[in-house]
Amino acid sequence: MTPLGGYLLVAALMFAIGLAGALVRRNAIMVLIGIELMLNSANLNFIAFWRYGPHPEALTGMMFAIFSIAVAAAEAAVGLGLVIAIYRHTHTTELDKINRMKG
Amino acid sequence: MIDKADQIFVLLQHWLVSFLPLALQQPAAVLLGVIGIVCVFPAIFALTTVFERKGLGRIQNRLGPNRVGPFGFMQPIADAIKSLTKEDVVPSTANGPVHFLAPVGLVVAVFMGFAVLPVGRNMVLVDMDAGLLFFFAMGASTEVSVFMAGWSSRNKYSLLGAMRAVAQMISYEVVLLLSSVAVVMITGSLSLTKIVEAQNQYTGIFPHWYIFTPWGLAGFVMYAIAATAETNRSPFDLPEGESELVAGYHTEYSGFKFALFFLGEYLAMLSISGLGTTLFLGGWSAPLSFLTFMPSWFWFFSKLMMSIFVFIWMRGTLPRLRQDQLMNFAWKFVLPFTLLDLFVTALWRFMGQGLLRWIVCSVILLAAYVIMGRVAMVRKHFGPRRYRYAE
Amino acid sequence: MTVIFYLIAAITVAGGLAAVLLKNLVHCALAVTIAFGGIALLFLSLDAQFAGFVQILVYIGAVAILIVFAILLTRGSDVPKDGVFSPTWLTGVAIASAVFAVMGWAVINSVNAIPQLAAVPHVTVHDIGVALVGSYVLPLEILALLLTAATVGAVIVAMHEKGGSE
Repeated sequence: MTPLGGYLLVAALMFAIGLAGALVRRNAIMVLIGIELMLNSANLNFIAFWRYGPHPEALTGMMFAIFSIAVAAAEAAVGLGLVIAIYRHTHTTELDKINRMKG
Repeated sequence: MIDKADQIFVLLQHWLVSFLPLALQQPAAVLLGVIGIVCVFPAIFALTTVFERKGLGRIQNRLGPNRVGPFGFMQPIADAIKSLTKEDVVPSTANGPVHFLAPVGLVVAVFMGFAVLPVGRNMVLVDMDAGLLFFFAMGASTEVSVFMAGWSSRNKYSLLGAMRAVAQMISYEVVLLLSSVAVVMITGSLSLTKIVEAQNQYTGIFPHWYIFTPWGLAGFVMYAIAATAETNRSPFDLPEGESELVAGYHTEYSGFKFALFFLGEYLAMLSISGLGTTLFLGGWSAPLSFLTFMPSWFWFFSKLMMSIFVFIWMRGTLPRLRQDQLMNFAWKFVLPFTLLDLFVTALWRFMGQGLLRWIVCSVILLAAYVIMGRVAMVRKHFGPRRYRYAE
Repeated sequence: MTVIFYLIAAITVAGGLAAVLLKNLVHCALAVTIAFGGIALLFLSLDAQFAGFVQILVYIGAVAILIVFAILLTRGSDVPKDGVFSPTWLTGVAIASAVFAVMGWAVINSVNAIPQLAAVPHVTVHDIGVALVGSYVLPLEILALLLTAATVGAVIVAMHEKGGSE
């Protein structure tokens, strides 16, 4: 198991954990937490390949990860704003209960 | 001789490390630096507490503490003994691990910030390429522990204080970063040692400190405002104002945990002042070119103590800002002014040397300050009070 | 591989697991903050200092605080009566395990075959700056536009109907 393999396995494990969190929990905010975990694991993948790949001086992997961090922050902000707006309307954040378009 | 006095701590570190085998020398050197930071900055913290209480006392026309030791200067020792021996009261419904870890998180994050400050010539613990970014990353980590403290106490006032403190810290963090970006633009590096070395030049007898330029002065003022708000100091100390929220997010802490919060807050004040002196006031460089014979670390610590004195002065003089006034101020005045400062810094960089850029930059900044002040004040009706009760 | 890698990886995975399994939502938010910190340490161990510090600054300093604010504004601190896991949790766990199995198999079978650089890449912040305004200037400008749109959008979405905003 090379170092690169170790980092990729950790990233895969974090991705699976984030996916499980997004699929299993009822609260809308937990889904967003799961999504953030998945994005983080993808960033780890990018940085691992940047470090151990052929042309690290081209900075492709690191640039992608930095842009991904910025976009993820923006997406978290909008997502959480949406959760707050939905809570104000339906007074619940449990996704099982938000299953009607009427309201 | 002068060089030896300047480098005395570096030479001491080399001499102590030379007793060890070669493999252990690098970690031992770093460990000695860490021990130095852990001893020096809490000692300055102790001195600051007594200066603050005596200084506030004198501003308010009373003596400060004067019982313990000569003129009350052993007061921190009495305070330390008190906080170590006081009973540690934890509310029964408080969230155990979170309540315990909040002061720890705060103190660890604040101590990490000291690692990149250049305290003197060749006296940085870690000379990082992205030192400024590391410092701000550590500053951002303190917000989580503030929230942890307020939430885990299961106390509505603590939670309210914590949310206010976090909202204030986030708003002014943007201003803090943007005013430092102006310095980074001119220096061309995020490394704090390079920023200080860029300011260590003299034309005639005057130094090239960034505060002596128009954009630097505006940037320093914005940085000082943001630093006061980041560390919850007066006039931005609503999150811990005694008359509003008992003690805000550290209401339910007693004994040594409260002492840790106190330590964390004052150390944050020291480290942010240290960064301000590094960015704008020239770090360890001497104010006039013929004063370079004095050691560099002496200049750094004197500038640090002067910044602390200004913090204490502001606390004793200015009234507290209300939460919405404070947030309004951040987003509607300080942030636009900081963005304009960035633009003026870029103008400064690309105009040639000479008097023209001084005049243009100063005029733009002054005009903006006056205009924004007028626009911001139009709806606030500053002037003699015309109503009987506050709305 | 070094002990440090195992330690940091253990912290990260523990934080992720705690974030998904704990009942109290604020505990989950604090656990995911630890996971973010672990990922930042992994970036630092991969010699990507800029990415590591940006990760701490953005994720721990902003996204974690956002999550916590949203939890408090939506009264997430009370544990719901029917439990926190949905009735179809087994399907979710099965899917996640299948995904991990496929990815793990792909990594283990292929990682010994691809060439891996052993030398540490020496990347300064100067290079990153030159790249950002050189080859990556278009993504940078689009990102600025995206962040502006996200800020305006989030404020409008979360605004009170009466017109006041927080």
